[in-house]
Amino acid sequence: MISRSFALDCKIMSALPESIDAVETLLSRGDYVADRSLATTLFLALKMGRPLFLEGEAGVGKTEIAKVLAATLGRRLVRLQCYEGLDLSSAVYEWNYPRQMLEIRLAEAAGGGDKEALARDLFSPDFLVERPLLQALKPDPAGAPVLLIDELDRTDEPFEAYLLEVLSDFQITIPEIGPIKAAEPPIVIITSNRTREIHDALKRRCLYYWVDYPSAERELAILERKVPGVQKRLSREIVGFVQHLRETELFKLPGVAETIDWTRALAFLDKVSLDPETIDNTLGVLLKYQDDIAKMKGSEAANILRQVQQDMASLGI
Amino acid sequence: MVLLPDPTSGQNGEGGAFATNIVHFVRLLRASGLRLGPGKAMDAVRAVEVAGIRRRDDLYWTLFSVLVNRRDQRDLFDQAFHIFWRDPKILERMMSLLLPQAEGTAEPSKSNMSQRLRQALLPGQGEARASNEKKEVEIDATLTFSADELLQKKDFADMTAEEMDQAKAAMARIDWPFRPARTRRLQPDARGHRIDLRASLQASLRTGGTIIPLKRKSPGERPPPLVVVCDISGSMSQYSRMFLHFMHALSNDRSRVHSFLFGTRLTNISRMLRQRDVDKALTAVSERVPDWSGGTRIGATLAEFNRLWSRRVLGQGAVVLLLTDGLDREGGEGLPREMERLHKSCHRLIWLNPLLRWDGFEPKAAGIRAILPHVDDFRPVHNLSSIADLAHALSHESDAGNRLKLNLGRLAA
Repeated sequence: MISRSFALDCKIMSALPESIDAVETLLSRGDYVADRSLATTLFLALKMGRPLFLEGEAGVGKTEIAKVLAATLGRRLVRLQCYEGLDLSSAVYEWNYPRQMLEIRLAEAAGGGDKEALARDLFSPDFLVERPLLQALKPDPAGAPVLLIDELDRTDEPFEAYLLEVLSDFQITIPEIGPIKAAEPPIVIITSNRTREIHDALKRRCLYYWVDYPSAERELAILERKVPGVQKRLSREIVGFVQHLRETELFKLPGVAETIDWTRALAFLDKVSLDPETIDNTLGVLLKYQDDIAKMKGSEAANILRQVQQDMASLGI
Repeated sequence: MVLLPDPTSGQNGEGGAFATNIVHFVRLLRASGLRLGPGKAMDAVRAVEVAGIRRRDDLYWTLFSVLVNRRDQRDLFDQAFHIFWRDPKILERMMSLLLPQAEGTAEPSKSNMSQRLRQALLPGQGEARASNEKKEVEIDATLTFSADELLQKKDFADMTAEEMDQAKAAMARIDWPFRPARTRRLQPDARGHRIDLRASLQASLRTGGTIIPLKRKSPGERPPPLVVVCDISGSMSQYSRMFLHFMHALSNDRSRVHSFLFGTRLTNISRMLRQRDVDKALTAVSERVPDWSGGTRIGATLAEFNRLWSRRVLGQGAVVLLLTDGLDREGGEGLPREMERLHKSCHRLIWLNPLLRWDGFEPKAAGIRAILPHVDDFRPVHNLSSIADLAHALSHESDAGNRLKLNLGRLAA
């Protein structure tokens, strides 16, 4: 989403922002329209060197924050996508087994010799395959990387417990080599969809922020940035409709990502304004559960649309 | 401090009165439910020797550091300490506890003394010597005796204290063998299907690299998360108290247990139940829950559960225990849809219904008919044997299908 030349421009200014306003400008340069509260928390996280723990419903732009931050600060983005069964060898480090076995063979061919030296060689950094967490501790000419630990709730508790050491000391201990400590701690962003509760011990080490659905003005601003060239009237109707939807009791409320998708969909259909039929036909872009779609389809959606249009008329738009 | 005759004698002489008192104090704590082995008594005596007692609070904190290892034991220790180290007759009472044929005669001096401590100080009077063994069991059982103040808050129907104790003791004994769910995390396994190269190469170093012994691994197993959703409406009031103990036992037995209560609204009580001390846990619950023994809105509360909680607690193959009689004030309105959603969101849905104690139970009420098609298993919970059956059922899935078919057949007929 961020153009190449732009990303290159930003490479130069990898210093951390000095004020909350600067954070806001930074995010907005990366096309991320942030709340003041988010900018404040992010500023504090950067300033205090603490991990930022972002929780929120799916599709409210949690992951995007890390991406934008990395791009605008010109830092490397190291992403660790969590999943069930994530373990040390895919998250932290792995030994290069084929090379190790080759080394053993070579040592044999050379006539055995010093067994202890072999052991030392086999588990030296040369044979180490670095995975995201270890990569994030490595120094980088552009400055400490942004470490994104995405959807932490998908892993299990043992992995969380492991993260405790990494996040409080920014240090990883490899038994054969010893502790590896980051010279400059990475900027850590953790996201969670809340499919289970993250342990308090981990939360305690982080700054917490609940990413909420945006207000109408902010959502409008987001649409302007993300889907440029859409008629003002249409985007106002879309935002009004989605904001109304979020007040109804649905199983899964539409997130910002859905709003953007829907706007794009309507733009592809060359619509300049919403009408009940179009809404019915494209509701699947917005709502992802059959129950929710069945509830909204037809008269319910038409009612909401009428209300949105009335509101807009009364405001003289 | 009367019993502290001469501090120096306790410090110097082995087996002095002071050491004996400490041993008795440890026995008192043990009888009140702290798990203290004989080694702890020796540690306590030695600690007091090392610390050297000059002041009362020195003694307090010395004993505290040795004897208390959980936060919720603090209050009990505090009360026991103040009673024991002040009351000169305490030793006699302790003797009466240790020798059941001698009758304890003293009255409890403090009205707000912990129920457990009181029981430990004053074992039942007039018991024959023959019941020696039984008596010890009783003292154990008082561990979990629920304090009166809990009762004042809500009208849990009349389950006698004796029944309560039995139920509690039985529940504590039940080993909850939930069918473990397979995880994707691999663990060492000599007969596993995957080769663990990391372990193999590490092992090969022991032979200097000449032999690489093949180490294997396979997916591990762990018990699935458990979600208990319990009805506390008026029609269930006879059972809700026992179920709370049941939920408390579950919460403390294993990790990843979430508990919810519902009547006219839904309350998450998982955190409160995680307290080890059952009295404290239940007091906290009763303060939190506003709708004891009121009406039931099963459909509406399940809708709330589905909307707000299902995504947060039903991940990773959760098993849901739904404790309700299915009698709904709103006549099962909206219930089928919510049950279907709940059933689809969890790995296994087990309905525990106390009404099933009657052999001729027929699913007539609208709520019951709405719930039945959407459960994997359907069991009675009204006495201890049914709870023991439940424990069995949770570990043997095959047995469940039959029962369900049977009941559905009955429903269709």
